Amino acid sequence: LNLILSMAQLALTSCNLFDSSADRVTVHFINRDGERLTATAKEGESLLEVVVNQNLSIDGFGACEGTLACSTCHLIFEEDVFQKLDAITDEELDMLDLAYGLTDTSRLGCQVCVKKAMDGLTVQVPAEVADMRRELEVGKQSK
Amino acid sequence: MGSSCGRVCWKWGSPLRRLPGFSRLLSTAALAPQICVVGSGPAGFYTAQHLLKHHRLARVDIYEKLPVPFGLVRFGVAPDHPEVKNVINTFTQTAHSDRCAYYGNVTIGKDVMVKELQRAYHAVVLSYGAEDNRILGIPGENLSGVYSARAFVGWYNGLPENRDLKPDLSSETAVVLGQGNVALDVARVLLSPLDILRKTDITEGSLAAIACSKVKRVWLVGRRGPLQVAFTIKELREMINLPGTRPLLDPADFTGLGDVIKDIPRPRKRLTELMIKSAREKPGEKEAALWASATKEWGLKFQRSPLEVLPATDGKQARGIRMAVTRLEGSGESARAVPTGEVEELECGLILSSIGYRSLPLDSSIPFDPKLGIIPNSLGRVQGAPGLYCSGWVKRGPTGVIITTMNDSFDTAQSVLEDLQTGVLNLSNSKEGFKSVRSILHSRGVHPVTFSDWEKIDAAEVARGKLAGKPREKIVDPQEMLQLISH
Repeated sequence: LNLILSMAQLALTSCNLFDSSADRVTVHFINRDGERLTATAKEGESLLEVVVNQNLSIDGFGACEGTLACSTCHLIFEEDVFQKLDAITDEELDMLDLAYGLTDTSRLGCQVCVKKAMDGLTVQVPAEVADMRRELEVGKQSK
Repeated sequence: MGSSCGRVCWKWGSPLRRLPGFSRLLSTAALAPQICVVGSGPAGFYTAQHLLKHHRLARVDIYEKLPVPFGLVRFGVAPDHPEVKNVINTFTQTAHSDRCAYYGNVTIGKDVMVKELQRAYHAVVLSYGAEDNRILGIPGENLSGVYSARAFVGWYNGLPENRDLKPDLSSETAVVLGQGNVALDVARVLLSPLDILRKTDITEGSLAAIACSKVKRVWLVGRRGPLQVAFTIKELREMINLPGTRPLLDPADFTGLGDVIKDIPRPRKRLTELMIKSAREKPGEKEAALWASATKEWGLKFQRSPLEVLPATDGKQARGIRMAVTRLEGSGESARAVPTGEVEELECGLILSSIGYRSLPLDSSIPFDPKLGIIPNSLGRVQGAPGLYCSGWVKRGPTGVIITTMNDSFDTAQSVLEDLQTGVLNLSNSKEGFKSVRSILHSRGVHPVTFSDWEKIDAAEVARGKLAGKPREKIVDPQEMLQLISH
């Protein structure tokens, strides 16, 4: 599938993949409906790769396949974990700024790589903002 | 009339109902919802994707008026933004689902009517987007040299209806009316080095025309101020760094803005900071060198509202634009531009109006609000029309990026799923789906294009592109597409 080929490409451009089976990290994703999805990730995988490789059922995640051209892999972290993440680049901030439900501890999953110290990490998939934003947009059209 | 399974149920219904497991099995098979989606852009595909994922039995048929799918992902996203088009991969996966079918070359409202679709399907989702544009409504709008940005984008992206646009690129200065991402796209395509463009999927014909272009300067003109620009930071950054060009930003336009933006939300703050920096700060060494050797330029003009396109002496060509100088009343998103009485003229031979796309009514039987340009709806349920839904731009209005449409399409799909669950959509009326549409189309001489037909066209475009060092060479003639698949 093209999707798998593209994912292989992005693996080369984002994080280094370590092959040792000893470097397994458990990550929990709290889905939009509140369900907890638990995955075992390889150290060095991006959180987007984890979702794709483990086939986690998160609707519409990673539309641009990790190329910093969308904000659909937006994830919310706990404060203490967020502080320890690698510094955010302007390119990531540019796209993150367009995400729905942006918080002070938001990052794009395709830019955050799993580290051993993150074992047991829990991240929240943001609920998409619906009605309010829709009403605002429709209201704007009457100019 | 029902599906063959339905007929079996009806004929054998009474005795078999005494065998609960068996009749439930037959009933379940007969209860597969038949859903149709009109439009194969992001709205259509994301709505279909969500329905297929969250309902084990639903069948979704996607109709498209062109032979080829994907809507604005193919015809709107700029050629130099290939990553944005990666969504085509997930749409292709959806199309390959055994409960999904794609039918191109079928125009709803002409080849088959919405009422006929409603007879064939339990639910019909209208996701046909915005194929028109808002008009300026000023004198001179129809002079030669004035085009909608929508048509210009369609031209360089190979939209069949715009292939003969032949825009006049012979003047040095172009004015784009509007300051959204589409305005930046057209400015960037007009000014990009050819070496960059020739490696993209821009059409051969438009590339040749752009190679002969005399356009050296593009102004993006907005009615309001820097705090109201509609473009986003990634696209602005790209423009500032465009090789061979220099930005013309008037520092006076940004006086005092630094203080105003101190406490506003981060996205608007960072965007404004980038403009202020580019306008007021001395460029770094690298940037200074780039800008010194630039042969092309682009700039932003604020608080100018178009009044009239001025004709050349022949009375047929545009030679300039007269604009009202405005002041702002209010602030932020809701600030209004009010004329001051002052007027200004700008000399230019190419004017692109980039003031918004616009949806059109599909079929007289569907409710449509001409003022808002949308189908009146509540959470995607068309008002006063049970069984009819809408998603994407025709539902919300023509703004937003792919994620906006994605969320919106999931919302509409959710409404359909709820209605299936609560029985608002009555599945005991079994529907034939494509089976009945096929015979209607056949009787009218219409031959749908399947997804595997599209894959043949796709393969041909990719093969032709390879010869030219491009990801694809788009076929712009629908007849050629149909001939390729022997229709």
